Amino acid sequence: MRPIIDLQSINRVYRTGAVDIHAVRDVSLTIHPGEFVAVMGASGSGKSTMMNTLGCLDQPTSGLFLLDGIDVSKLSPEQRAEIRNQKIGFVFQGFNLLARTTARENIELPMLYAHPPLSRREQEERVQHVLELTGLTQRADHVPSQLSGGQQQRVAIARALVMKPALLLADEPTGNLDTRTSIEIMGAFQDLNEKGITIAMVTHELDIAQYCKRNIIMRDGRIISDRPVENRSWAATEMKKLESEQLAADLAS
Amino acid sequence: MRFFAILRIALNALRRNKMRTVLTMLGIIIGVSAVIAMVSIGTGARAQLEAQIESMGQNIVSVFPNFRRGGVSSGASGGEGFTVGDCDAIASEVPGVVAISPEVRAGGQAIYGNKNWSASVYGVNSDYLQIKSWNVVSGSNFSEQEVRTAAKVVLLGKTVVTELFDGNDPVGEIIRIRNVPFVVMGTLEPKGASLMGSDQDDAIIMPYTSAMKRLAGNRAAIRSMIIQSESPAVMSLVEQEVTTLLRQRHKIQDGADDDFMVRTQDQINEFATGTSKTMTALLGAVAGVSLVVGGIGIMNIMLVSVTERTREIGIRMAVGAKARDVLVQFLTEAVVLSLLGGGLGIALGMGTSAIIASQMNWPTLTPGNAIAGAFAFSAAIGIFFGFYPARKAAQLDPIEALRYE
Ligand SMILES: Nc1ncnc2c1ncn2[C@@H]1O[C@H](COP(=O)(O)OP(=O)(O)OP(=O)(O)O)[C@@H](O)[C@H]1O
Ligand SMILES: [Mg+2]
Repeated sequence: MRPIIDLQSINRVYRTGAVDIHAVRDVSLTIHPGEFVAVMGASGSGKSTMMNTLGCLDQPTSGLFLLDGIDVSKLSPEQRAEIRNQKIGFVFQGFNLLARTTARENIELPMLYAHPPLSRREQEERVQHVLELTGLTQRADHVPSQLSGGQQQRVAIARALVMKPALLLADEPTGNLDTRTSIEIMGAFQDLNEKGITIAMVTHELDIAQYCKRNIIMRDGRIISDRPVENRSWAATEMKKLESEQLAADLAS
Repeated sequence: MRFFAILRIALNALRRNKMRTVLTMLGIIIGVSAVIAMVSIGTGARAQLEAQIESMGQNIVSVFPNFRRGGVSSGASGGEGFTVGDCDAIASEVPGVVAISPEVRAGGQAIYGNKNWSASVYGVNSDYLQIKSWNVVSGSNFSEQEVRTAAKVVLLGKTVVTELFDGNDPVGEIIRIRNVPFVVMGTLEPKGASLMGSDQDDAIIMPYTSAMKRLAGNRAAIRSMIIQSESPAVMSLVEQEVTTLLRQRHKIQDGADDDFMVRTQDQINEFATGTSKTMTALLGAVAGVSLVVGGIGIMNIMLVSVTERTREIGIRMAVGAKARDVLVQFLTEAVVLSLLGGGLGIALGMGTSAIIASQMNWPTLTPGNAIAGAFAFSAAIGIFFGFYPARKAAQLDPIEALRYE
């Protein structure tokens, strides 16, 4: 099977005045359709930089990036925009929602740029679907400043899913979230992955990485570990565990 | 991207900063309203002017004494005006003359019953009304016979009828001017104000012979002459011929100044429309400058807006907006801004011109093509001045735009 992502000796150097920052060094990585990858590593190890490359937002300084067999560096900015729109759903580290714009409108955003355009009805159905999927139906008409961090995170996820991407890239989708919401989101990701969506996500937390199928660890811009997950966690089971623990805690107090 | 989606985004963005939007539009509003008011007033004034020029009659050549001429008058008629002989000579000797009438001016109180009114009295011949294309509304014009006999008959302008007869039909009544009784033979249709602003209807018209004999004691001279020429083409020829003839008749030496002036209708028109053209050009320049200033205001605010919304642009690009989409979005915003300003400007301009017109007693006309032009021009300003900021937005790099604080 052809890999959906094929990085060959990718380097990304930020040139900032006097010193060059080597954020990603000689990274080679292949991800096949249906995989569910967690990228871990210390802060500043180059995780976001690599994710931005995978999301066709950033271009590597050197090396080859094949997305679905296509050399991304050969594409025009317009074609890359089209790929971001059609193939990739991206959840940013800092949500990146439009301020003063309702959750619904934020979620509709990618559909505005869909080519060919989606019918009004199709758009409404899709928004409804992802709202339900992320449990935001009640919050659809709230603007980000009226939403909790977790809810904003879920709006960002809903927006990433609305174009039905083949590849979901999420940069710390569970950062700043409590255990319960984190499990909910990982449950949603596991469901999506079961339906065939390829997922790559960044996380700092080992137990979150356990929900994935494959764990990659980065340090100083290099991949230092890449192995399949044993004893994978399942959201449904973990949620039950959490509830019984809470019940026990409630009883004890 | 769909047109309505783009429009909605633009309107939302503008609504978010209402105050700023209004202030930005102000330049365009002022510019467009100035243009519209100017055009409306100008068109109204020109319509008025055309009516006034029309009221002078057609293909008219006027002959006046030259008051500016210095030195001693040469001969009996020099500087004083003209003689009946001058008049007859022009009529018979100058080709292209259809009709000519002398004009004798006399003043005096006109009295009817217990009312009196001081009107201008014009002594003319029986062709005068035809030359001026002035119609008799009731009664009839006096005849050549009545001119020859210096009959005591008058025609009254609308204003005189109103003042002396309260608007009732005065035909057959007798009025007194300097104690001489005159029979009212007819009344004239209203003509309105002249080019110089005087009321042309405040006139009593009588045979010039009557004006000379009955009112001025035989000494009144012919102050001016009005000539109707065959066609617009021969007017300047008539002017030349009349000049030659009068110089001869007035025995003016070669090199000496004329003691009279000949003006064709064209020259008068040119003078009148010339001033209004200068005004239009001047106001147009002012309006143009304020439109450009308004456009620069839009550009300035759009640049601020692009900087402020760098992150938004980054987000849009990250989810698939192409450079073109961003360009169109900001361009639409600029055009909506300028069109809205243009629309308000048109309304304001029409309102202003209506007020000015009612104050000045002018008709105003806002021509449809001025409105269309103002809209088109506003849109053009939006596109022109919105393009640079929009292109700046479109050229942003998505990842850098997202990192922008
Ligand atoms: N735009 C930039 N200009 C210069 N240096 C940058 C830029 N973006 C990232 N870096 C540097 O590149 C390195 C990798 O950054 P990156 O954001 O990829 O780290 P990360 O692994 O995502 O960290 P975190 O877990 O804190 O999000 C860091 O040293 C960072 O300072
Ligand atoms: Mg990061």
